[in-house]
Amino acid sequence: MTRRAALPGGILAVALLASSCGGGLGAGSEDGATRVTVTVSAASSLTGAFTEIATAFERQNPGVAVRVNLGGSSALAEQINAGAPVDVFASASASTMATVVAAGNAVNPTTFARNSLAVVTPPANPAGITSLSDLARPGVTVAVCAPQVPCGSAAASLLDRAGIRVTPATLDPDVKAVLSRVTSDEVDAGIVYVTDARAAGAEAHTVEIPTSENVSTDYLIAVVEGSDQVDWARSFVDFVTGPGARATLTTAGFESP
Amino acid sequence: MTTTTTSHGRRGRARALPWYVLVPGSLAVVFLALPVAGLLGQAPWGRMWTLLSAPASLEALRLSLATSLLATAVAVALGLPLAWLMAHHHLFNGAWVRALVTLPLVLPPVVGGVALLLAFGRRGLVGQFLYDLLGVQLPFTTAAVVMAEAFVAMPFFVITVEGALRSTDRRYEQAAATLGAGRWTTFRRVTMPMIAPSLVAGTVLCWARALGEFGATLTFAGSFPGVTQTLPLAVYAALDVDRAQAIALSVVLLAVSVVVLVAARGQFVRGLLR
Repeated sequence: MTRRAALPGGILAVALLASSCGGGLGAGSEDGATRVTVTVSAASSLTGAFTEIATAFERQNPGVAVRVNLGGSSALAEQINAGAPVDVFASASASTMATVVAAGNAVNPTTFARNSLAVVTPPANPAGITSLSDLARPGVTVAVCAPQVPCGSAAASLLDRAGIRVTPATLDPDVKAVLSRVTSDEVDAGIVYVTDARAAGAEAHTVEIPTSENVSTDYLIAVVEGSDQVDWARSFVDFVTGPGARATLTTAGFESP
Repeated sequence: MTTTTTSHGRRGRARALPWYVLVPGSLAVVFLALPVAGLLGQAPWGRMWTLLSAPASLEALRLSLATSLLATAVAVALGLPLAWLMAHHHLFNGAWVRALVTLPLVLPPVVGGVALLLAFGRRGLVGQFLYDLLGVQLPFTTAAVVMAEAFVAMPFFVITVEGALRSTDRRYEQAAATLGAGRWTTFRRVTMPMIAPSLVAGTVLCWARALGEFGATLTFAGSFPGVTQTLPLAVYAALDVDRAQAIALSVVLLAVSVVVLVAARGQFVRGLLR
């Protein structure tokens, strides 16, 4: 529920990545090819998709290991601008990528995916939510991201544009916290990304928001300036923006830009 | 009394300090002092008053003050009888009760919050009846903040006071009883004055812990300005967007902690060791 609460997930992701990297390295040494590691900093909402994409990329390029460093986009951008040895940056918002470009640490980022918002309820939908406006009904408890984080500002502009006044029960620090309030049936509804709603599967019921009302965020990717592995970094970016990753991103719920 | 004399005697003899004690010990001091120095060094002293008197800060301050005082009142009202029972009654004297009381001290507060949800959430052990029969939902209310704070802070009071009760000379109470004082009068006129320093220390420590509570509150009560967003939650929310604001609020919490430490001195540690 807090960053601390999100930590076990992060550790798990790192462990999974470590094991996938191990596989990549093993394959490389068997072929006798040089071992190369490409470090990718990716927004945490890309967790599932990028773990899969990295594995596919490694399979296609024996000897190359992709290390995915997941976190909040703004924190990752700060790390890069502070000189972290990262080869590729995938951001969940254009403005965050802009800070890295402005600092001279990336050029020409490419938009490779788009995400939008969805309303999720517990599987039984106890409050009978069928549309966004139902969230404003008295007695309906709603969890939303804090306005400081991207999913929160997106949710705020979504409600704003629809002219709906919702008093959330809680403003949580990240989208996973909102989702867990919903899946544990502590709130009647939450506003999350479409991809989170899809990842929740049967644990949550999704109420889709019509495209005309919805708010979307762009995902941008770029090679980080000063990368030791510019060629591999470039080919990873091409892989993500190309047909190789399209199916994975679509399955996760991302739209094409 | 005798122990005090011996420790005084020992302290009197000066000896050369071995380096393998002095070096790591000093390192520890530096390690503990640096974060405090960082906080104070980065604090926006010039804008302090403006930042703290902003409506959002005042709202969090007010909420924190109200909830932590209420939580302390709950902890004292329930904790003093518990401490007495633990000190004097065989049923409450066992390892189980002691472990249960100490648990919130060592449990990660987030876990405490999850546990509170599983007990008082609307699908919780007790919470489901509250919700289904009375329509009462505790999470996301100010009452939930008080519960989270009391859960985490009560042990500080209970352990401090129980230690003091255990070490009081019961002959004074017996003497009062033989002189005709009732149980309540004995407690009020004889026992209370004897444990007064520990009562104060326990209450102050408990309040400080309640004021600083973060994990259990966020998990169980959520975070909404004016309703459940206490000072520590406001610090956390401000950290990403307004660092100066976050640091200013942190300095307030730091100042309170220092005052509390001075006020409570050694009483708590003595209670724990017993």
